Amino acid sequence: MISPRHTKLAIGGLRHLVLAIGAFVVLFPFIWMLSASFKPPSEIYTQDVQLIPIAWTLENYIRAFSAQPLGKYLLNGVIVTFGIFAFQVLFSLPCAFALAKLNFRGREVLFALIILGLLIPEYVISIPVFFMFFKVGLLNTFWSLIIPFWISAFGIFLMRQFFKTIPDDLLAAARLDGLSEIMIVWRIMAPLAVPAVMAFAIFSVVFHWNDFYWPLIMVNDAEIATPPLGIVLFSNAEAGNAVGPMMAAAVIITLPLVLLFLSMQRRFIEGLTIGSFK
Amino acid sequence: MSQVNEQTRDLAAGAAPRRQRSAQSVEAATAYLFVTPATLLLFLLLLGPAASVIALSFTDWQFGSKTFEFVGFANYAEMFQDDVFWTSITNTLIYVSVVVVGSVSLGLMIAMLIESRRSFRRVWRTIYFLPVTATLVAMALVFEYILHPAFGPLNEFLGLFGVEGTNWLQNRSTALLTLCGIGIWQAVGFNMVLFLAGLTAIPTDLYDAVAIDGSDSTWDRFRIVVWPLLGPTTMFVVIISCIRSFQVFDTVKVLTDGGPNRATEVLLFTMFSEGFTYFRSGYAAALTTIFLIFVLILTLVQRISIEKRIHYG
Repeated sequence: MISPRHTKLAIGGLRHLVLAIGAFVVLFPFIWMLSASFKPPSEIYTQDVQLIPIAWTLENYIRAFSAQPLGKYLLNGVIVTFGIFAFQVLFSLPCAFALAKLNFRGREVLFALIILGLLIPEYVISIPVFFMFFKVGLLNTFWSLIIPFWISAFGIFLMRQFFKTIPDDLLAAARLDGLSEIMIVWRIMAPLAVPAVMAFAIFSVVFHWNDFYWPLIMVNDAEIATPPLGIVLFSNAEAGNAVGPMMAAAVIITLPLVLLFLSMQRRFIEGLTIGSFK
Repeated sequence: MSQVNEQTRDLAAGAAPRRQRSAQSVEAATAYLFVTPATLLLFLLLLGPAASVIALSFTDWQFGSKTFEFVGFANYAEMFQDDVFWTSITNTLIYVSVVVVGSVSLGLMIAMLIESRRSFRRVWRTIYFLPVTATLVAMALVFEYILHPAFGPLNEFLGLFGVEGTNWLQNRSTALLTLCGIGIWQAVGFNMVLFLAGLTAIPTDLYDAVAIDGSDSTWDRFRIVVWPLLGPTTMFVVIISCIRSFQVFDTVKVLTDGGPNRATEVLLFTMFSEGFTYFRSGYAAALTTIFLIFVLILTLVQRISIEKRIHYG
């Protein structure tokens, strides 16, 4: 006879089975990428499909770094994401603080404009901004990848919402202690805002590390390509004849964010989904 | 803290009106100092360009030419008569519908399975969320290999069941759906997390109440408790998915370049080709404006659904 306990166990087992099948589908591209990156060409260009390499090799990784400036792509990715994020915070924090805690004429109008700015995806501004950078001779430079994102309506909005929750008493106390407003922003408010800034950091870094559209229109020089553009340039140059090295490059490019995600999952999930609630 | 409060109150009360006014103007001056850099950038890099795109859409400007003329709605008229535009809109809507239906229903199913028992919750969540963080362009190249007609594992796998695969990305009838599959693969984890947030908000007593009523099956839990309470969340996830999938570009550019024979031509790709391949900037601006209108409408619906979510709890 089937007891309720057995049914429960069976359902529990079924749950894991269904989830495991789904997980295999979700993980398969990652597994395949990793496995192929260690395979010699003879195991890649074959009809005989093996999940695990038979003759492991590091050749693909060596070629990934030697046949293209992969190291440079990674460095460029770091320069661009950091250059964007640092300035976003520099401009957003004081503005968000003023919007949340200071009285001035035009505050509501400015906040409405920020909300309007939230609605505009990067694709919309690409033609005029491309023209602007062409005019000032900055196309195909790091600046053309970094400066357009110095303003983040989302960053300002997020930090403003956060500052709203900080009690006014704290501000009053700091002012009584004779701190200037600038000191208050950077010495008192910024440290308090670390959770909000962290969530925003993850949002910003993940977005710009993975962004393909913007580098595609602004840059055609492999020397300043970020990882997504770099790997596509490489793929086009090799015209499908270097699957192994490409998989190795894909591993190298995907790895930093995946590792970061695995090491701080809660913050990552928060940072990436918080944008949906804006 | 209360002492500080009293002090401030004393200070405020004791201050002469003139000093108070000057304190206010100091506060305002500081505020302007703080908001000016961001405001300038907001106009220069976001609102200004967005406004000029709309203005450009009424001109015949081509990138590189020194002059342009206002042509009224000519670009829009050309667009509405162009088959490419309608193909592009149709493909975009098909892509959005398939990805939204697929990723929302799978996301909900996985979230419910994960939430239904305690064991291994975090592990499953981590695995399903992984594609959200991965660089899509790099993963697209991996998919290209997986889907390869000669030595990709997918067709090899289908062959085991006697199913003959095809050249998925080069076949007119499968290319768009294949891109939809990749889109779903990336979006499922994102939707799952949003649903998990919605599910944890449901009080557990409600499940107990259903159990007491004698209906303990997963389906009953879903029908009686989850679905009615998750309705607003679902609405919200659907719209978020619409907005995100509406912006499909990377996989199209990398894997099919809009082909074969425009089978995967989507709105942003058309805009990109007109704007940055043919440099017909005025016409591309008109396409951008249409894109912007779609995004604005979706965002408006999203706002309303967030309001609703808050009302329901």
